[in-house]
Amino acid sequence: MTGRFRLPEGGRVDRGRRISFTFDGKAYHGLGGDTLASALLANGVHLTGRSFKYHRPRGIMTAGPEEPNALIQLEPGAHTQPNTRATVIELYENLAAASQNNWPSLENDVGEVNNLLGRFFPAGFYYKTFMWPGKAWHFYEYIIRRAAGLGRVPETPDPDRYERIYAHCDVLVVGGGPAGLAAALAAGRAGARVILADEQNELGGALLADKVAIDGKPAMQWVGATVAALQKMDNVRLFGRTTAFGYYDHNYLGLLERVTDHLGPQPAGVGEELPRQRLWKVRAKQVVLAAGAIERPLVFADNDRPGVMLAGAARTYLNRYGVKPGRRAVIFTNNDSAYSAALDLKAAGVQVTVADLRHDAGQHGVSLDAMGAGIEVLAEHAIVETQGRKRVNSVKVARINPAGDALAGGTRRIECDVVCMSGGWNPTVHLFSQSAGKLRFDEAIAAFVPDKAAQAVAAAGACNGAFDLAGCLREGDAAGIDAAAATGFKAKGRAPNKPKAETRAESPIRPLWLVPGLKPVGQGGKHFVDFQNDATAADVQLAARESFISVEHLKRYTTTGMGTDQGKTSNVNALGILARARQEDIPAVGTTTFRPPYTPVTFGAIAGRDIGALADPVRTTPMHRWHVNAGAEFEDVGQWKRPFYYPRAGEGMRDAVNREVLAVRDSVGILDATTLGKIDIQGPDAAEFLNWVYVNGWKTLKPGRCRYGLMLHEDGMIFDDGVTACLGENHYLMHTTTSGAANVLAWLEEWLQTEWPHLKVFCTTVTEQFAVANIAGPNASRLLKELGPDLDLDPKTFPHMSVQHGPVAGIPARVFRVSFTGEASYEINVPSSYGMALWRALITAGEKYAITPFGTEALHVLRAEKGYIMVGQDTDGTMTPADAGFGRMVSTKKDFLGRRSLSRADMQKPDRKQLVGLLTDDPKEVLPEGAHVVEQFKEQPPMPHLGHVTSSYWSPTIGRSIALAVVRGGFERKGSKLQVALRDRGVPVTVTDTVFVDPEGKRLHG
Amino acid sequence: MKKYSVFSLVRNALDYHRNWQQAWRSPAPKSAYDVIVVGGGGHGLATAYYLAKECGITNVAVIEKGWLGGGNTGRNTTIIRANYLQDESTGIYAHALDLWDTLSTELNYNVMFSKRGVLHLAHNQHDLKELARRHNANRMMANELEFLTPEQVKAFVPIINISPDVRYPVLGGSLQRRAGVARHDAVAWGYARAADSLGVDIIQNCEVTGFRIEQGQMKGVETTRGFIASPKVGCVAAGHSSVLGAMAGLRLPIESHPLQALVSEPLKPFFDTVVMSNTVHVYVSQSDKGELVMGAGIDAYNGYSQRGSLPPIEHLLSAAMELYPVFSRVRVLRKWGGIVDICPDASPLITKTPVQGLYFNCGWGTGGFKATPGSGHVFAHTIARDDPHPLAAAFRLERFATGNLVDENLAAAVAH
Amino acid sequence: MLLITCPYCGPRSEEEFAYGGEGHIARPADTDGLSDDEWADYLFMRTNPKGVHYERWVHAHGCRRWFNAVRDTATNEFLAFYRVDEKKPEIDR
Repeated sequence: MTGRFRLPEGGRVDRGRRISFTFDGKAYHGLGGDTLASALLANGVHLTGRSFKYHRPRGIMTAGPEEPNALIQLEPGAHTQPNTRATVIELYENLAAASQNNWPSLENDVGEVNNLLGRFFPAGFYYKTFMWPGKAWHFYEYIIRRAAGLGRVPETPDPDRYERIYAHCDVLVVGGGPAGLAAALAAGRAGARVILADEQNELGGALLADKVAIDGKPAMQWVGATVAALQKMDNVRLFGRTTAFGYYDHNYLGLLERVTDHLGPQPAGVGEELPRQRLWKVRAKQVVLAAGAIERPLVFADNDRPGVMLAGAARTYLNRYGVKPGRRAVIFTNNDSAYSAALDLKAAGVQVTVADLRHDAGQHGVSLDAMGAGIEVLAEHAIVETQGRKRVNSVKVARINPAGDALAGGTRRIECDVVCMSGGWNPTVHLFSQSAGKLRFDEAIAAFVPDKAAQAVAAAGACNGAFDLAGCLREGDAAGIDAAAATGFKAKGRAPNKPKAETRAESPIRPLWLVPGLKPVGQGGKHFVDFQNDATAADVQLAARESFISVEHLKRYTTTGMGTDQGKTSNVNALGILARARQEDIPAVGTTTFRPPYTPVTFGAIAGRDIGALADPVRTTPMHRWHVNAGAEFEDVGQWKRPFYYPRAGEGMRDAVNREVLAVRDSVGILDATTLGKIDIQGPDAAEFLNWVYVNGWKTLKPGRCRYGLMLHEDGMIFDDGVTACLGENHYLMHTTTSGAANVLAWLEEWLQTEWPHLKVFCTTVTEQFAVANIAGPNASRLLKELGPDLDLDPKTFPHMSVQHGPVAGIPARVFRVSFTGEASYEINVPSSYGMALWRALITAGEKYAITPFGTEALHVLRAEKGYIMVGQDTDGTMTPADAGFGRMVSTKKDFLGRRSLSRADMQKPDRKQLVGLLTDDPKEVLPEGAHVVEQFKEQPPMPHLGHVTSSYWSPTIGRSIALAVVRGGFERKGSKLQVALRDRGVPVTVTDTVFVDPEGKRLHG
Repeated sequence: MKKYSVFSLVRNALDYHRNWQQAWRSPAPKSAYDVIVVGGGGHGLATAYYLAKECGITNVAVIEKGWLGGGNTGRNTTIIRANYLQDESTGIYAHALDLWDTLSTELNYNVMFSKRGVLHLAHNQHDLKELARRHNANRMMANELEFLTPEQVKAFVPIINISPDVRYPVLGGSLQRRAGVARHDAVAWGYARAADSLGVDIIQNCEVTGFRIEQGQMKGVETTRGFIASPKVGCVAAGHSSVLGAMAGLRLPIESHPLQALVSEPLKPFFDTVVMSNTVHVYVSQSDKGELVMGAGIDAYNGYSQRGSLPPIEHLLSAAMELYPVFSRVRVLRKWGGIVDICPDASPLITKTPVQGLYFNCGWGTGGFKATPGSGHVFAHTIARDDPHPLAAAFRLERFATGNLVDENLAAAVAH
Repeated sequence: MLLITCPYCGPRSEEEFAYGGEGHIARPADTDGLSDDEWADYLFMRTNPKGVHYERWVHAHGCRRWFNAVRDTATNEFLAFYRVDEKKPEIDR
């Protein structure tokens, strides 16, 4: 047996496949094809959860993704998934499900005390209290947070992986019911590239639970034939278990395919070729939305007891899963659709009574059929009370008045174990609304339907308000033909026969948004609107009374529609009640915006493979492996990994850096400078162009010579610097900072293309084309001469700031004599593939000089000793060239980018922050970077400050600390005493020039 | 205004909540006001409240084209902090933080300001230097921040991954303990209710269609409900500021961009603070309902669609996974977009304009919500005195001509 | 996600492009002749309309060419794409 409530036959379950599972630790059995919900119902289990606020016992209400109640913590451990709807979990062997939000157990939940006190917790009560004593909110919040939330977050990293993939198509059809299949068939036959996405495990949509006929045969036969036809078309792709969750601009949709969820947790090593879920990012030329409709509950007193479910859901459990939801049913409806459930239940042996809000119920149409089948139909009757704590056991029905706001007769008690309600159907307009399409309220079905489309999209079938099968088939077919035609595909040949289905005239719905109870609303019995968040009709009325009369206010004040179901069953009912409270029509009250996703989407699927090592690309130089082997510590600079320092055994960072610095000053050091940006600039107007982008002049630079340049944004602030070399006539190589390289190239290209297209200049990034080893120090030239005997290294003919070509270690190289250390230094550029060879050659040949690799930290000390700025550390986007001490470098003979900004009023002020040196009175004291400079330290802040320390190091060269700082009016303060504020004291400092080592430049030029 | 308290709650419960007062009136616009505030979000309502409460100007209308609090006030990630870089910013944000502290009592409306701390992470040497500078800058202003080592970060946020082996490891963090989050809607509602009780008319569903300006002097606003006269008009319309500016012939240094945020399904609380990272670019908190609240970067293009694209969300979630691998199986429940108004220096405009009697308060970018009380407070004083409040003086429009920007872009990356 | 038609490469996804802000803001020829206000207008002031917006894009992860586009900022609908050397189209809506 797979449950006492399983019918002996029927349904689409696989009776040959018996599946064991547990719920809250108790073992049950289900069948292949079951959902967790259907399997539980087959075992007579309705109570599956507790509501958010009142902890009321709740049962399975729906048979789809709109489920507000039956939320499950699926699986323990690393595979756990919180808040999963039992109605969409496909049953698999050994599935382990647990209820949520209860303590100590689902059956006996202490939190239910909230229900008894519910009177004191109306909508928004927390805005009105918890304010005393002042600032005590954190205390109340602590208590409230203990009760918050539903499921639990996993405690270990996710063992599964996820994929993202792009797809393009002419026509995307969302929904695989009759309308969607008809649309896909029509578009596919016309030759369009079609993707059909359906969220269920089987195509067929509502037909999976129906007993209707198409072309005189069971509808599922038509579904089978249609699916077979679609599968044969090369231009059609069918995606099952795939939910279209987001509709973005320009017909871009997000689809979530659940690839292995239905198989349950996969043991490690098994199925690794398949991701758990796959995010499809689809660009469709046309979209057909055939997403069906979602049934509305009726809002009556205590309409939330386990056993109260939607009529359509009851029918789905019966017809699709072969499960009787109960033995005695009361059907409560305001429309004809619930009679299908009544008839099917009756046929399955369930005792059925129908309470129909409409006065003519039982007089014609399907309700007359029901009477004929022996079903009691109570016209103009409502359920006015329900009983049963963990399962409904009886209801009271009564006649209600024509206005629908009061009882018009005595009550009658009916024993029952299931209540099937239908308040009408809402077309699933979520995606249409997300696409920015406008909705319209259709009085005939009392629901919102798509109106004016904002993108290339059409709705068809129930999604468009056509609830009859014939209408679905007709609209789907037409939408498919139109969509294909709009993308240039016209059906050829004779039109195939259109499927036919019978349509029966329906009696009109009686929208009654709030069903009166035995007591006034809010004074006994709760009329639930939003089941998950426990928002009631009384809450909606209270909100309206308190001025929260817009839909957005209502949602936020009452939390209606804010649960994990995003109001799929509650929004329109809330709107109806609000409209009545405002004494207006629903269209006047408006509708809420539907926001993506349609159903919740796993974080992991959205992140895809862009996690871990792939979160961001790692850039390494051709010499990277050498650095690793040498034990370098690395620093992230943008995406690059740069050696930070090379500690020897037993060495700390400071020791290593001091050693590296001294090695450069005393003999020779070697730095991997590959990461510096390199832009090759060529063309007859190249010098003119450089004149525009740098503050200084470039037209006099001769081939073979280099010049340092500062680049400003148009606001006059330094944004990059570097040395540019003239390699030949009309040919330059620009160096940029490591992290500025991409921005500088983009900046150059932008100006060339948009402002100066007449300049004949080409810019090419060659950063990765060249590997660069920088050797620096008094022995650098000797070392270079050994490896490059053909090079002319005479300081007279190859002085500082020049470049030449020639082989180094047999490798064709460009050698720049430039320096960021203050030592004579050579940047040897070779094709990247030779980078490691060059490096090894230098290291080997340099052994006799004790050549020392140095990292970025030693480089920073070396450059700070010389007072060279580091853009981004000593500047921060607010410094002009003058502020940084480059005032005299700025050309007065030309215009350049940023120049006009330098003459603005505030740029002239003498109290701007200017870059200066600081020397502490105590030479051993190294100032912390970021510390602020003050005239007078105060024990207690606030204290006025003048600026901050931008760079600060121990200088092993001069055996004392050094610092650079930006200080208000700093140039004028040179020689004066200031203080640097630490936490507990002010450190006395003297303002100095920025150059601490070799101010004459003897080392540099030597 | 009838006072809210636990006693009023109990009393009303006994009446089945039938007798609660409306929180604010829905008056028809009068023909003239002393001050009109355009924009019924948090900042606009706060401005009106402080005009009435502190400046003695109660003949005030707040004109809102939609529903109050329906713009960025109700669309942000509710983070409140005051750990900016420049003194001028610290001035205004710390002032706001002081006002947040007592706001629930002040308004008799629980805005649920939760001082759970805001933690900024550092992932590289540049970040560490930047945090150090910010710490010191804020300390000079008596605004204390705390530095946390990676181990202290882990102790404070147990769920975080501080492994050195990730792409951008956590190297440290800067914690502002008195920062936190608040209930965003309640801020708008609380200010609206309190302002209304002081006589302010809140006029919803009334769109400004133009200004009447004569000889450079503001005369009033044209609206979808007719002309309303006022010698002073303060515009607090965030993303729509440029549209209003254009109506007055003004060009503003503002660009409006979509900014997206999302919440997860509600989970049992496990994340009791706010963590932000600029380098990995993600910020996370967990609401009192249990939802993870996360913000993405702006969409690059300017736009008024309140929608945004999928890629910023993809980047956001892959960034989140870097720090919180356990989030992988959590699900996005809802995402949405707002329109943020961004100034080139990432600081606001709180300013008089060339039109006498026309004032603008905008350009808050992604920092608007946290500034709400401070912004409204100084703007009310600026309007009332026709002279910038000292804390607003740095945020004048003129700064864009003189060059005295208040640069909060941490744009400059480390070089060499 | 926007679908952007590069005049050189055809329609491509937004992710391949970088946005360049408002278009048709020419750099003033005689910057010295400008007042601080006029310079600030060029530098910082933007039209930022709700509706038709003339803007620049660059196919950053493609041909790296700059081009102009006209977009309705309220709906994100593109109304035109054109090269930088083409005339600004007059679009009225």
